Amino acid sequence: MNFDPRFSGRKFASVGTRPIRPDGIDKVTGRARYGADFNMAGQLVGRVLRSPHAHARIVKIDTSKAEKLAGVKAVITAADLPDLTDGDAAMYDVLDNCMARTKALYDGHAVAAVAAIDARTARQALKLIEVEYELLPHVTDVDEAAKHTAPLINDAIFTEGLEEKPVKPSNVTKRSQFGHGDVHQGFGQADFIVERSFKTEQTHQGYIEPHACVANFSSDGTADLWVCTQGHFVYRQHCAQLLGMEASKLRVTSSEIGGGFGGKTHVWAEPVALALSRKAGRPVKLVMTRDEVFRASGPTSATSIDVKIGARKDGTITAAEATLRYSCGPYAGSWAEIGAMTAFACYKLDNVKTVGYEVLVNRPKTAAYRAPSAPMAAFAVESAVDELAKKIGMDPVDFRIKNAAQEGTRSSYGPVYGPIGIGPTLEAVKSHPHMKAPLGKNQGRGMACGFWFNFGGQTCTDLNIGMDGSVSLAVGTVDVGGSRASLSLVAAEELGIDYSQVKAIVADTSSLGYNDMTDGSRGTFSSSMATISAARNAILILRERAAQMWDIAVDDVVWEKGHAIAKGEKHGNLGKLSLKEIAVESGKTGGPIAGHSELVADGAGVSFATHICDIEVDPDTGAARVIRYTVVQDAGKAVHPTYVEGQYQGGAAQGIGWALNEEYIYGKDGRLQNAGFLDYRIPVCSDLPMIDTQILEIPNPNHPYGVRGVGETSIVPPLAAIANAVSNAAGVRMTHIPMSPPRILAAIEAEREWSK
Amino acid sequence: MAGIAVSTTINGDAVEYLCQPDETLLDVLRDRLGLTGAKEGCGTGDCGACSIILDDRLVCSCLVLGAEAEGRRVETIEGMAHGDTLHPLQQKFLEHAALQCGICTPGFLIAAKDLLAKNPDPTEEEIRFGLAGNLCRCTGYDKIVRAVQDAAIVMKGA
Amino acid sequence: MRYIRPLSIEDAVGQLAGSAGAAAILAGGSDLLVRMKGGFAEPELIVDIKAIDGLSEIRETAEGFSIGAAVPCAVLGENIALKKAWPGVVEAAKLIGSKQVQGRCTIVGNLCNASPAADSVPALVAAGARASVVGPAGRRTIPVQSVPTAPGKTSLAKGEIIEAILLDKREPRSGDAYLRFIPRTEMDIAVVSAGVNLTLDEHGVVKSARVALGAVAATVLLVEEAAEVLVGSRLDEATLERLAKVCAGACRPIDDKRGTIEFRRKVAGVLAQRAATSAYARAGGK
Repeated sequence: MNFDPRFSGRKFASVGTRPIRPDGIDKVTGRARYGADFNMAGQLVGRVLRSPHAHARIVKIDTSKAEKLAGVKAVITAADLPDLTDGDAAMYDVLDNCMARTKALYDGHAVAAVAAIDARTARQALKLIEVEYELLPHVTDVDEAAKHTAPLINDAIFTEGLEEKPVKPSNVTKRSQFGHGDVHQGFGQADFIVERSFKTEQTHQGYIEPHACVANFSSDGTADLWVCTQGHFVYRQHCAQLLGMEASKLRVTSSEIGGGFGGKTHVWAEPVALALSRKAGRPVKLVMTRDEVFRASGPTSATSIDVKIGARKDGTITAAEATLRYSCGPYAGSWAEIGAMTAFACYKLDNVKTVGYEVLVNRPKTAAYRAPSAPMAAFAVESAVDELAKKIGMDPVDFRIKNAAQEGTRSSYGPVYGPIGIGPTLEAVKSHPHMKAPLGKNQGRGMACGFWFNFGGQTCTDLNIGMDGSVSLAVGTVDVGGSRASLSLVAAEELGIDYSQVKAIVADTSSLGYNDMTDGSRGTFSSSMATISAARNAILILRERAAQMWDIAVDDVVWEKGHAIAKGEKHGNLGKLSLKEIAVESGKTGGPIAGHSELVADGAGVSFATHICDIEVDPDTGAARVIRYTVVQDAGKAVHPTYVEGQYQGGAAQGIGWALNEEYIYGKDGRLQNAGFLDYRIPVCSDLPMIDTQILEIPNPNHPYGVRGVGETSIVPPLAAIANAVSNAAGVRMTHIPMSPPRILAAIEAEREWSK
Repeated sequence: MAGIAVSTTINGDAVEYLCQPDETLLDVLRDRLGLTGAKEGCGTGDCGACSIILDDRLVCSCLVLGAEAEGRRVETIEGMAHGDTLHPLQQKFLEHAALQCGICTPGFLIAAKDLLAKNPDPTEEEIRFGLAGNLCRCTGYDKIVRAVQDAAIVMKGA
Repeated sequence: MRYIRPLSIEDAVGQLAGSAGAAAILAGGSDLLVRMKGGFAEPELIVDIKAIDGLSEIRETAEGFSIGAAVPCAVLGENIALKKAWPGVVEAAKLIGSKQVQGRCTIVGNLCNASPAADSVPALVAAGARASVVGPAGRRTIPVQSVPTAPGKTSLAKGEIIEAILLDKREPRSGDAYLRFIPRTEMDIAVVSAGVNLTLDEHGVVKSARVALGAVAATVLLVEEAAEVLVGSRLDEATLERLAKVCAGACRPIDDKRGTIEFRRKVAGVLAQRAATSAYARAGGK
């Protein structure tokens, strides 16, 4: 069936309303089952032994004492997860990260695991495992690691992407470059130039639910995995590959997920739990502690970024350049590359050049975190843009409007833009009452823009119509924040029925074809497209059945507002047939009625946002407090506006935490010092004001309803918006994130000294 | 280690269980009694996802030993609705979409219930400080605060 | 591991004194259970003191207040007389942890945990509070600042329990205040803190003062020089400036994950100024 994904302007009946989510009651009554809420008969408790060292060769692991402890049913090391990756370097890194093979590469790296009858026995068993380490010099700072003199993390890595092939190994795994024009010439035309260096510390996604799974490996070679994940199909593939299974023999069920934000997109504990279950012959439940979550799972990159931007007196940017260094943890990644692509994506530039360097450090393997890599680049660029506007003497919003990318602009990372929202978000900010509200003593206002690509990807959806006319919608994209409500609205819209008639679920990997994971802001974008496609396929069958019931040609039957209607004067005496009336007869007209869809959801529309922020700084302590915050973002079409607002607010709050207090703090010994919610300071309720939102709807031409992804862009502008506000409140330009009170106070004191 | 026999009241029902001396009340609720509504987000009292009410005091069940519940009254999220009828806070959390992933929701609901029991007409600031022991990473708290404000109005009218 | 819940203080002392291995006292558990969870404490005996007669009470006597070792901090905030007499002590106790922790944590636990950043301790030290200690050798009363000796260490002997904190009856025209600096608005450990306790004469001049600083040394500092700055003054600008300087100078802070040496010095002075101003106003000074 040919599916036409193009946008067609239409009046919506269901889409754009705000009904209660289908999984709501379970979640407010405590009945919803998350990763750690599932149990099996005979289940064992799994625990992981982790390296206390930042960098060490594993000389020997002796598990014999642990194995002899009563109640211990399995002990595994890397030997129990043999390398089956067959030259796939990325998968080998995943394997090595799950269980260190020859070297422990960071504080928290798994080196062994046990399965025992209860938690106490498992903890005791870990203490009985003897690991002999040979300590190696370590490096945790991104700039230090990039130096030629730094300790090498992997001596088989030579920098890719250099003009000359390097002869010496390096912690810099790759150089990437984007841009067009001639920046040298562009800077020559500039009347004003701002050039600055910035640094951002590593943060964690900070989901409240620790990673958790239950693995059950059967003696017939099949297995079940219950797990909190953003992508159970991806987990199935990775686990199957690492354990040497056929994918179809492993059934993965995604539990309710207690937050992911990119951090639950790749496997850590799941292959370990499966290997323990295989060895013990019993189900194994493996739940990370909060300490393990911080030490061993998904942080984002720490960065070091140099930016140079030049402009003419009239406010036209003539050239823009950035060099971006991103830490990847101990395994190669493409984080700086993404940062280099997004850095100047908001602007229309004749001359632009960005260069990214991926840097290995002895820290946990970097994972995606909501618009990964973009917030740091935006912090550096938007700080410099603000400073440049000031230098020129232009209003920062007007300066950005003058240089904003438009439809037809060649983006700094290559493609030419279609209809986009950067200009409209800036215009909306310019006329927003927040911009005109008075400020008090020690208060300052800042604003900044942000960009994210969005992603579409492989999607498979089933829509089944019951004989009572109710509709079951089975999707394969994990619901991270209300997408079952949005997708039910879309099914209701397309079929022309009421939302209450649709029930959406997330199907397991054996019940549906492959789906990419819920990342890249694709959950609602791609699955709504597949739902529309599935619904249209179902409508075709509904029309056929109606035609059969009426005994007329199917071409004479149209579908309108949930009913089959016979078209043409010759059928004038035929009434409408509702979906329910057709469904009731389905047993007699050819059996069950369903619509399926398998597609690659191309054409995810790029997304832009502009944020406004008011900050109050205590000049005596350096404490900064957000007193007002506004998010303006393009949603394409907001399917369930309340959940769109929620994405805007949640991203802003995470950005505020990142900007002000969140950071990984390593000691000189290379150990993480703040692996808990006490000292890794995510915002609490009393830290934040209400977060106002304004949804703009500039339709995505590549989606039938105009939908764009909305999940990620909201975390991109806050770092810079807050830095610009602090600069206006306290008269100091902050170049190091987080802007913690000691950093702000030190900057204020330095400024006082300097102006004496 | 010998198990400790505990008799307690949970959501109005008499309950007896055996637990180990180092076992937390959270572990007892989740692993022995099947009450998995309280969540372990940290195990150190920093996130509030395991909030329960113990003899009219809001506490983190991860910081209470199972043995300490002897002779006391425990209220958990599973006891918040009356049969089919949701508590006004539960209803308002749904209407305001005060949850995205929902892992923190049971803790927030219990904490908000305790807050409104002690202060039926809180200001926004009192709500924000009253709920500061509960971490939410999805919502930015905006819709949670609004849901509590709205529930307070409904409950005052009741 | 054993868990016991004795009904008398004598029984508790006997059990603690007689235990062969490590023994721990459980009141609120907000420190002990965290240490057990992290594997930093594995007591062989846990003595829950909450069932002991009188330990869960705040008593107002002719001499002042006696706050039992098992009284949760939330209850301190609900005691109107205590709040009126010692607002600084109560606000310090109310800053420990979240609402959830408030329902469990105690000021005696906060004191015996011996963290240099403990919130209630600078306020108690500034207040001149005393601890009533019961042990195998009987009862004794000691100033609270002599309890913590180093981070995580106390002067208490094996088998000793602090049964109550004693606060004096207030003289007229007295006020106290406690302030701490944290990066967030809640849920953090103090990066630096200050407790100030003042009594004024009938002209509004400071007659006596005590100033204590937290999180700037291995134990809470009682800064006598800072008190001397305040005595005889009406907290004019010059006095406050001297106070800040003296407090900053008295600090012996370290760089750690929560703050830097420079930050702690500077902010110790700022908080001492602000706490003194608040205590002065509470004492009726203008």
